[in-house]
Amino acid sequence: MNLPVLKAADFASDQDVRWCPGCGDYSILAQMKKVLPELGFPREKTVFISGIGCSSRFPYYMNTYGMHSIHGRAPTFATGLKTTRPDLMVWVITGDGDALSIGGNHFIHALRRNLDINIVLFNNRIYGLTKGQYSPTSTEGQVTKSTPMGSIDHPLNPLSVAIAAEATFVARSIDAHVKHLEMTLKRAANHKGVSLVEVYQNCNVFNDGAMSYAQDRKQRPENTIELEHGKPLIFGTERDKGIQMIGNRLEIVKTADVAVDDLLIHDEKTPDPALHFMLSRMRYPEFPEPIGVFRDVQGIPTYDDQINDQIVQAREKKGQGDLQALLNAGDTWEVA
Amino acid sequence: MDSSTESPNHTIEQVSGITVRLAGDSGDGMQLLGTQLTNTSALAGNDVATFPDFPAEIRAPRGTRAGVSGFQVQFASEEIFTPGDTLDCLVVMNPAALVTNLGDLRKGGILVVNEDGFIEKEFKLAKLDKNPLEDEILESTYRVVKVSMTKLTRAAVAEHGLSVKLADRCKNFFAMGLVYWLFGRSLEPTLRFIEAKFGRLPEVAQANESALRAGWAFGETTEAFGISYRVDAAELNPGTYKNVMGNQAMAWGLLAAAELSGKEMFYGSYPITPASDILHELTKFKNFGVRTFQAEDEIAAVCATIGAAFGGTMGVTASSGPGIALKAEAMGLGMIMELPMLVVNVQRGGPSTGLPTKTEQSDLLQVMFGRNGESPLPILAPQSPGDCFAVAVEAWRLAVECMTPVVILSDGYIANGSEPWKIPDVASIEPIVVKHPEGQSADGDPFMPYQRDENLARPWAIPGTEGLMHRIGGLEKEDGTGNVSYDPANHQHMTDTRAQKVAMIADRVPEQELFGAESGDVLVVSWGGTYGACHTAVQRCQQAGLSVSHAHVRYLNPLPRNLGTMLKQFKTVLVPELNMGQLRMLLRHHYLVDCIGVNKVQGKPFTVTELVEAIRDQACVGKDCTVVDKILKIRVG
Repeated sequence: MNLPVLKAADFASDQDVRWCPGCGDYSILAQMKKVLPELGFPREKTVFISGIGCSSRFPYYMNTYGMHSIHGRAPTFATGLKTTRPDLMVWVITGDGDALSIGGNHFIHALRRNLDINIVLFNNRIYGLTKGQYSPTSTEGQVTKSTPMGSIDHPLNPLSVAIAAEATFVARSIDAHVKHLEMTLKRAANHKGVSLVEVYQNCNVFNDGAMSYAQDRKQRPENTIELEHGKPLIFGTERDKGIQMIGNRLEIVKTADVAVDDLLIHDEKTPDPALHFMLSRMRYPEFPEPIGVFRDVQGIPTYDDQINDQIVQAREKKGQGDLQALLNAGDTWEVA
Repeated sequence: MDSSTESPNHTIEQVSGITVRLAGDSGDGMQLLGTQLTNTSALAGNDVATFPDFPAEIRAPRGTRAGVSGFQVQFASEEIFTPGDTLDCLVVMNPAALVTNLGDLRKGGILVVNEDGFIEKEFKLAKLDKNPLEDEILESTYRVVKVSMTKLTRAAVAEHGLSVKLADRCKNFFAMGLVYWLFGRSLEPTLRFIEAKFGRLPEVAQANESALRAGWAFGETTEAFGISYRVDAAELNPGTYKNVMGNQAMAWGLLAAAELSGKEMFYGSYPITPASDILHELTKFKNFGVRTFQAEDEIAAVCATIGAAFGGTMGVTASSGPGIALKAEAMGLGMIMELPMLVVNVQRGGPSTGLPTKTEQSDLLQVMFGRNGESPLPILAPQSPGDCFAVAVEAWRLAVECMTPVVILSDGYIANGSEPWKIPDVASIEPIVVKHPEGQSADGDPFMPYQRDENLARPWAIPGTEGLMHRIGGLEKEDGTGNVSYDPANHQHMTDTRAQKVAMIADRVPEQELFGAESGDVLVVSWGGTYGACHTAVQRCQQAGLSVSHAHVRYLNPLPRNLGTMLKQFKTVLVPELNMGQLRMLLRHHYLVDCIGVNKVQGKPFTVTELVEAIRDQACVGKDCTVVDKILKIRVG
């Protein structure tokens, strides 16, 4: 059978996209439409589920099945759908407020269960839809509509949380870094098990430039570090700096001063989350922030496979359920 | 008391029915004892009705009044609808159980006491300053039988080499044996139970068996009673019966609904009393294709259920009032998405955590109105444990036909109660037809996810179907296209349509049935688990000559199409509810009929007596009811 070759445009719905001009969401939408045809997966078997927020309008703009649900709960809808329909490719689209504040609970549980879904977390460190309150990822001291004297909340690091929950695929990318974003989404889609992609995404209305240190092409080499499996952690415009493990801490060293073998070598495959967690703690400006795949652990059973395996096992053991036999079983008596 | 026969050692009295309550400490195994007595009585062909009553604490402080666990069962040779008002026999294991239950024992009733539980330490725990058995009134009011159960049990199980602690745990089986002797029950079903339950621990199984037989032998040989009772089989409709509990019947009904609609079931829930047993029961049926999901919270449970429904699976979630409160937003989402699914609320005492193990009917308005915006949902209520089966099937049929979540209002009394249930022939139940639209070419006409059929239901198009890609969500949708719409007229139209869709259900379900004359002095209108008490009370009042009829409402939203006319044929409409007047409020709102409530929120079901009195008070207004009162044997004034 010849499957039709789809293009990015085939994944666009007929709905007008209504994000603010200049919003980073456009870039993520564009990369998603580019990645999906390359996966060769049928449109009708692709489902986007979102919660509430600017990012959560995403499903309306995809010509796939979709569900725009309620605040913070998208992973739970995905749980019900994927466990009963493992044949579908399910994407959860969420934001920092949606996933980490009201949905923090579900975020953790979807990850620790290793449900075979892909979560894309648009992180702009602000509440956009409700017009500019601070979010769980806003920086300390950030002045917003609801924090005129500066936020006193310690920000939550979504990747640290995800790695602590032992999510099997954890990555970070940047809206403005389109090639990197495309690669990261593709790898997430191809991962068997739960995947989380945090995307640094600019809100040019309420938090413009909050992550320009990473988004800006010129600043990026100094302020980010691209993770590659099996490669040493090297960064800088001149690629003159690296990350070394000294004692039990990560430190920035000059590549001129140390042998390449002494630099930290990235291992995304190890199931042990300790080093991945340390990488997730590298924050600007003290450290370059890692982008790319932190963790891609394979061979861990998925929740949906296991729940369906239990059905198969139960049928092998007891045979297909027979309702009438069930009702007739046990202590019964006849009334003539 | 019908007739008596002489046996060599004692008199055997033939009676039409017996109400027994077994009460002890929450670790004493009273629930097990009660369940066994119920099953055995049901197998003997009696009609049975039960009322388990236990504390919310797993092990409430031992020996205290708060820690008393009870199980009441009525078994009878005629059709019964309640576990009985007053007790013919009370078995108590300790002083706390005695003082908290004695008030329900009828004068002349049998009081069986575990004498070994009546020691100084226990009096203190029960907040008593002296031994209640020494009260002279006790012996003169009741037939007191003191049995040294702990000592006798220890002696009976001595040969099996158990520790004292384990040996003492067998005393509920001793009590069981004694009760079985008293009421002429067969030991066989319980011996089978012991074998199945403790077969892997042979010494425990043997000890329990020895205790059971010792209890029986004690009754037979000691002449402590001098009398025992026999209850014949009841005349029920012909068929094969088994004893079921409400939550069990609910689980089986859900299985049946899945089978009748050719669906597999997804059951998302979070543990909560008294709904958890539905989850426990359904986890046994993975070979039926049931996927049970114990979610991280109530919200996850309902949302996962909606996700499953979107994928074309039969989605069910269940909880109790506090959990339903958490599910409310998502129930509204399911409603506006117009997806079929079931939400079971096994009601308990509220508000908030309330009385977790006690029954109440106070969530009617919660499920009726407890969502933001205009969000009507159909509501059905089972009337008895066995009826949960039929209601589950019926609710799923409506959910599929109308593409809407449907609420089932059970309650703790139904959920934990049990009754003989005529096993249905599943093949004879009408199948539930599910239509998923077929795929079409992607270049074809645009798919209309909100195009409606004759029931105003939209199509259940599921992911994986070619050419039907569409997006649903909580934002208001344009009718037909399903595009997001803020158009004022469309929102009005969609609101009206969703309301009409639910209202139209009244045209397709049976009219309200009436027990009794079509007009008269009093109409009793009830719903849910109070059926048995209301029905029995109405029956008694009718037999005494009062003009009273009974309408038990199964469909609470929409209400039956003939109900309004029915109410207007009676001088007084009496609405007994285990809440402060929720159905009454709805009836007054819908029909402008001035209803009178009989309301009780004490964590207990209605007694027949209190309903008889309430009916009598209304039916006798301006009449001489001297004769009626004599027949009813109630004291007035």
